This record gives sequence, C-alpha cells and structure tokens, in this order.
Amino acid sequence: MIRPGSEAELAEALRDATGPLSVRGGGTRGLLPDGTPLSTSALSGITLHDPAALTLVALAGTPVEEIDAALAKANQRLAFEPMDHRALLGTTGTPTIGGVVAANVSGPRRMQVGAARDHLLGLRFVDGEGTVVKNGGRVMKNVTGYDLARLVAGSRGALGVITEVALKVLPGTETAASLVIRGLDDATAVRAMSEALGTPFEVSGAAHDPQAQGGARTVLRIEGFAPSVEYRCRALAERLASHGAWEVETDREAVRVDWRGIRDVAPFHGTAGDVWRVSVRPSQAAELVARAGAEQAFYDWGGGLIWLRCAEGDDLRARLGRYDGHATLVRAAPETHAKLHTLQPEPLAVQALTRGLRETFDPRGILAA
Amino acid sequence: MQMPSPDARIMARKAQVVQRLTEALGERGVIHDPSETRAYECDALTAYRCPPLCVVLPSTTEEVSAALRICHEENVPVVPRGSGTSLAGGALPTADSVILGVSRMNRVLETDTADRIIRVQTGRTNLSVTGAVEELGFFYAPDPSSQLACAIAGNIAMNSGGAHCLKYGVTTNNLLGVTMVQMDGTVVEIGGAHMDAGGLDLLGVICGSEGQLGVVTEATLRILPKPEGALPVLMGYDSAEAAGACVADIIKAGVLPVAIEYMDRPCIRACEAFAKAGYPDCEALLIVEVEGSADEINHQLETILKIARDHDPVEIRAAQDADEAARIWLGRKSAFGAMGQINDYMCLDGTIPVSALPEVLKRIGELSDQYGLGVANVFHAGDGNMHPLILFDANKEGDLEKCEEMGADILRLCVEVGGCLTGEHGVGVEKRDLMTVQFEPQDLEAQMKVKDVFDPKWLLNPAKVFPLAASEGRRA
Repeated sequence: MIRPGSEAELAEALRDATGPLSVRGGGTRGLLPDGTPLSTSALSGITLHDPAALTLVALAGTPVEEIDAALAKANQRLAFEPMDHRALLGTTGTPTIGGVVAANVSGPRRMQVGAARDHLLGLRFVDGEGTVVKNGGRVMKNVTGYDLARLVAGSRGALGVITEVALKVLPGTETAASLVIRGLDDATAVRAMSEALGTPFEVSGAAHDPQAQGGARTVLRIEGFAPSVEYRCRALAERLASHGAWEVETDREAVRVDWRGIRDVAPFHGTAGDVWRVSVRPSQAAELVARAGAEQAFYDWGGGLIWLRCAEGDDLRARLGRYDGHATLVRAAPETHAKLHTLQPEPLAVQALTRGLRETFDPRGILAA
Repeated sequence: MQMPSPDARIMARKAQVVQRLTEALGERGVIHDPSETRAYECDALTAYRCPPLCVVLPSTTEEVSAALRICHEENVPVVPRGSGTSLAGGALPTADSVILGVSRMNRVLETDTADRIIRVQTGRTNLSVTGAVEELGFFYAPDPSSQLACAIAGNIAMNSGGAHCLKYGVTTNNLLGVTMVQMDGTVVEIGGAHMDAGGLDLLGVICGSEGQLGVVTEATLRILPKPEGALPVLMGYDSAEAAGACVADIIKAGVLPVAIEYMDRPCIRACEAFAKAGYPDCEALLIVEVEGSADEINHQLETILKIARDHDPVEIRAAQDADEAARIWLGRKSAFGAMGQINDYMCLDGTIPVSALPEVLKRIGELSDQYGLGVANVFHAGDGNMHPLILFDANKEGDLEKCEEMGADILRLCVEVGGCLTGEHGVGVEKRDLMTVQFEPQDLEAQMKVKDVFDPKWLLNPAKVFPLAASEGRRA
C-alpha cells in the first residue's frame, strides 16, 4: 500500500507509477479497482474551520467522524449528510472526506440542500501525470475560471487524486421530527412525498419503505427551531390528510436513529444479492420499481432515488429500459461489476467527452477508476 | 485590455460565411449589415465595443447546430450571447467573430410541479422562468440583479448568483440538465429531470464555462415552493467592524437568513437621495431577510434583533408588513441606478471570507485615498460577495485607466485574504488578465485542457477567461 504523507509525496508517487493504481480514502465504499493500492489516509487533518464564514477546509484523508465532531462543537454540520456504506457493503475502515467528495456521496437531505458537490467550495488534486492543481477556493461564491472542482467531485478518482477539500457547512438544527404514515402503495407514497415537497414547509427528508416491518412506511422529516417544527408538522399533516392520519414522532433521538438508517439504507443490511442505486425522476419511480421485479425496493429523496436489491448477476438495466435517470451497481461480485459495468453506459456524445477528459488528465491510464 | 487582432482571411470571406449561414437559417436568422450588427458591439461592459462579422439568431437547437457546424468548417470564432447583460464582457465580439444569440429561443417546454422542474429554452429571461411557475406557488431561486433582462443561457454560462444564494445556492445548484451544442455541431444531452450525474459531472464544468465549451439551448431547472412569507429587518451601525461582527454572530447563532445585504455610507447616501427609502445616515447598513410563516419569522427576528442590539446599532427597523418591507428593499435594489445618477462607476465582484470583511473595507478605504477615487460598497455580506463601486469621470482623460488599476488592486486584495476575483459576474475580458493573481500556470493549464476536449479548435468565445498570453498557442 502506497501511503503518501504529503501532497508532494503523492504527486511523486503518481509520476513514478508504472501501472494502474487503486486509489482510496478509507476504502469503505466498495470502489476498489485492480491496481497497486494507494491511500490518502495519511493526508489527514482539518486545516481551517471558520464558523462565521460557514467554511471548513480539510485534507482528503481526514475521517468524516473527525469533521462531524469538530462541526458539532460549533453547532454546525455537513448538511448533505453523506451516507456510511460500511453496513450495506460489509466493509471496514474509516470513511474519509476525500472519499465522500470523490464519490459525491450524499444522504436524504440531498433533495433539499444539494449533494456533496453542491457544498464543495474548492479543492486541490493531483492529476494522472503528477501535476498538482488547485481549483475553486474557500468562499461561498466563486465563478473565477472553470469549475473543475465539481468535475472532479464524483469522478471516483478518474481524473486525479484529491488532496484537500473546502466545504460549505451549515448550522445544525435545534430539533427534528418525523411524520409517519403506514400502508400507502408505492405510487401513492411517491405522490404524497411530492405533495409534501411542493409545500413551503421545508421537508428535509422523504422516504418510503414498501416492505417495512408492520407494513409499508412513508416518512417525512421536518427540522428547525422547536416552535417552527411543531407548526410545520401540524400544517403538513393537514395538507396531506387525504392520504390518512399522519403520526408525529418528536423524540429527537428516535428521529435521528430513523434517518441515519434511511441514510445508510438499513432495510438492506444483512441481506444477500446485488444492490443497485437508481437516480430517477420521482414521477417515474413507482412504475420503474414495478418494472424492475426486484426482491426489495426502498425509496429516498421523495422518490428521486430508488435502492433495489436483485438476484446476483441480474441485469437490472435491461429490464428498466429507457427512463429519465441512471442506475449504478453498488454491491455485487467483481465479475458482475465487470460484466454489467458499475456505471450506467452513456450516450455516444457524452462518452466521447468523458473519454477525452480522462485521457487529458490521465494520459497513461494509471487512474483505474 | 487587449483583444486579439481580427483574422484578415476571415474578414475577406465574410460574404461566403454570411451566404452559408443564410442558406441554413434563412434571411431572418442572419444579420450582417454593419448598421445592424452595431447593436451587438458590446454587452453591459460598455467601455469595450467592437461590431462582429455578423450575427445569427437561430430559432431551434437544430439551427444552432447548423450555424456552429458552418462556423467550425469555416474556422470562424463564435461568441454566444444571451441577453447581453454581462458586466464582464462575456459577449464582447471580435471583428472576425459571429455572434450567436439565443434570444429567439424563449419557450417553456415543460413544467412539472410534482417533480419540481421546469424545462426552458435558454433565451428565456431569468424572471420569466419564475413568472411561468408563480401561479402554481413555485419560483426559480437564482436572482441576479439583472433578472428582468438576463437570459438563462447567460446565467448558465456565468453560473450567476443573486441576493438569495446564502440559502438557495447559485445557478449550478439549481441546474439539473442541459441540451448543449458543441462547436462542431454535435448535440449532447446532459442530465435531466433527475438528480446527479451517472458518470463524470459534465454539467458541473459546463455551468460557469462562459460559453467556451458549447452553446446551451435548453435547460432543466429546479423550481422551489414559494415560502409562506418573508420580511426584512434593517440595522444601522457606526462602524464596519460592528456590522461585520453582527453578521458573524447571526450566522454563528444558527439562523440562516435568506439574504444579508450590506451598504456603506456613500452608498446609503446615494440611495437615500435617489429612492428616499428612509435609511439612517450611518457608516454601515444591513438588510437581513428571513422567511417562513408569521410565527416563524417572528421567532427568527427575535434572535436576530437580540444579536443586533448587542452591537450598539444606531437604528433598527423591522418591517411589519409588505409595504414596509418594500421600502426597506427599495434603496438596496436601486443602489446601482442611484450611483449611476451621480457618477460613472465600475462595479467589482470579488468574494472574500466573511471574517475578513472589516480589514478589507479598511484597505479599500486606503486605496480610495491613494488613487483619489471614491468608492461605495454594496454587497451580499452573508456570502462575502463584495460589489465595491469605484467612482470615476468617464470624460476625464486617464480616469478610466486609473479606475481599472484601482479595481485590479482591490481584486488582488480579495485574493490575498483568501477570496477570489469574481463571485458571480464571471471573468470575461474584464478580469481575464488578473487570472494569474489567483491561479498558478498549471491551474490555468488544467482548465484550458478541458476546453481542448470540448472545443479542440478553440473557436468558441476564445479570447475570454484566460490571459491571451496563456491561451495564445491554442487559439487559431
């Protein structure tokens, strides 16, 4: 395992590499291509936290839990609530902030506040030739030059190895509550979630578990100052009364645990089979799930994100056909990843651009993402 | 500011280029008479002007593709143009270039409140996107000051912001998909009504690329439900330090106002004289706006007002109703117009870390003394995006140059304290030659390599963003 202790060492390692590298932060997200392992875990530490500017800068290998703890002290947080893949994938190790950004990992709040990439203010990375590149900065609004930071975010290491990230952080909330209803079929649940998200009540989570214990369970999250949360829960339950009676969960800890489970796709923990993650236009979600014929389905982002559990090696994409969105293979045997491809194949014109960018930033093809 | 000298070989082929474009787009789609192309000689950065070779105004994505393919074959540079409101010269032509304007493509293609999206042709104006969904209870969040006129195409090219970004983000955070035509005429679909990219986030780098990677003809935008209500509160302070500390404390307290605007004394006085909004005569004025139901607004205002009082304000005024709210915003919204009444000015756009505010204001004051030019400051304090207005006399020999020098010094200062050259206006030609202050050569090289992939011949808006010396070997 190559474990550079500085950005300069990392750049040297990339320049010296003669074959493919398997780049990782903590290696918890199941994205470990063949090649010589290279970890950013020794590039660790928060280099700046300016609470009044809502800004945090950290080296790529900094553990996410260290960042969460530092932010919590100032009553702040990473609002996009990156999921923890370990229980779903059965991996061990320590999730890093570089990995979060490299894979654009977000959680339930993504549909309200944006994804990891939306909170990225800037970054430093080393490209496949060992050149150190800086892009963006540490301020909230910045349109100086091309936005390479967003291009690199979510690239899974294909364009370079991230060494430092600057993130926008947001205030934590005083309290949170959930509205819960049982027994809605998928199509009705998605409609109810869309209605909720179309209100001004700032719903910060909307998930539906068709196979929950005790029957299908649809849950909405409201966060903020206590009187405001109480008001919005009441107003929302009234607005959605046509779907039945919504139960309000106000126990803060129970709400936190529930949404942590939704974030980490808890209904799939300890199960067998391949796991797919489908980004979709919400109004197409229920029909798509019906077409998928999966063993288990789970909806987040108000129906904009579907988790599907299928038989091993099953070609889900073939059954889904054409729709507005894309399917990523998240958990499967290496052979299945090789056979079905991890990422959704793209239209030819997009493929050409993607290939061009990869060849430009990694002409020797050592970043085997 | 220099532009590349026009290519005489292209100028000599004007008739042939115009003929081919006319065959593809019809007489109505091409403007080539010098008396008419003059209307496209500049954008809102009016200090620089140059009529283009000709102008094409396509009506469909297919026509955009046809026009670009012809220009690609003829090796003619193309400058894309939305509504021409760029303050950075993003749509400034060269004499050998074709202006491609999207203004005729302004239809709404789809509205879906269940999926919370709208798909529009990009010649549509920013405000009319909100106009199309307002009755349904929704709005489009990015709100640049020029929103009445500016086009979505330009918003995407410049990744435009506005006063309400603190809560809602800028264009890139509200853009879900585009139809884009590459310089060789290839039409590419990226993203859509769903969230996040399946592969590389091409949308992320297209947004803010100043029309150098492709011409975006259609866009899927995120729309949001309108808040139940919103009210501003006005606070006046005797020092920039007190106002800056108040902003910092509000943010640290966990309240996230939808906007925090700042004006200094020269700006307050000008706005007061112009709009008679009843502003106090003080060193620093803050307008803080919060959203929600009446009770929620009151609860947030209580917290904010308590913090505000801790910093010895000279005045605090919370709006009680829509009329009072409008009066509070009136001065701020007319700030640029008010300054324009009393002076020529140049509007800067650097961003700084909010914590550096008092120091930066002090040093801008020192630069003002040094250059002998007045400065009025008005800006989005919550996100550190400053708009110092440098006052000068356009009729006075050498004043514009002096003003530009001082502007460059202010922008260098923004970079020095950890900020950037431009927060929402874009680089264009205006800040092009300052890019080396913020970026190392390899940083600029990495950006230019992206353009190599999208536009290998460097024909799309080639003289912008990168210092001419840096892009020289790449441009035709």
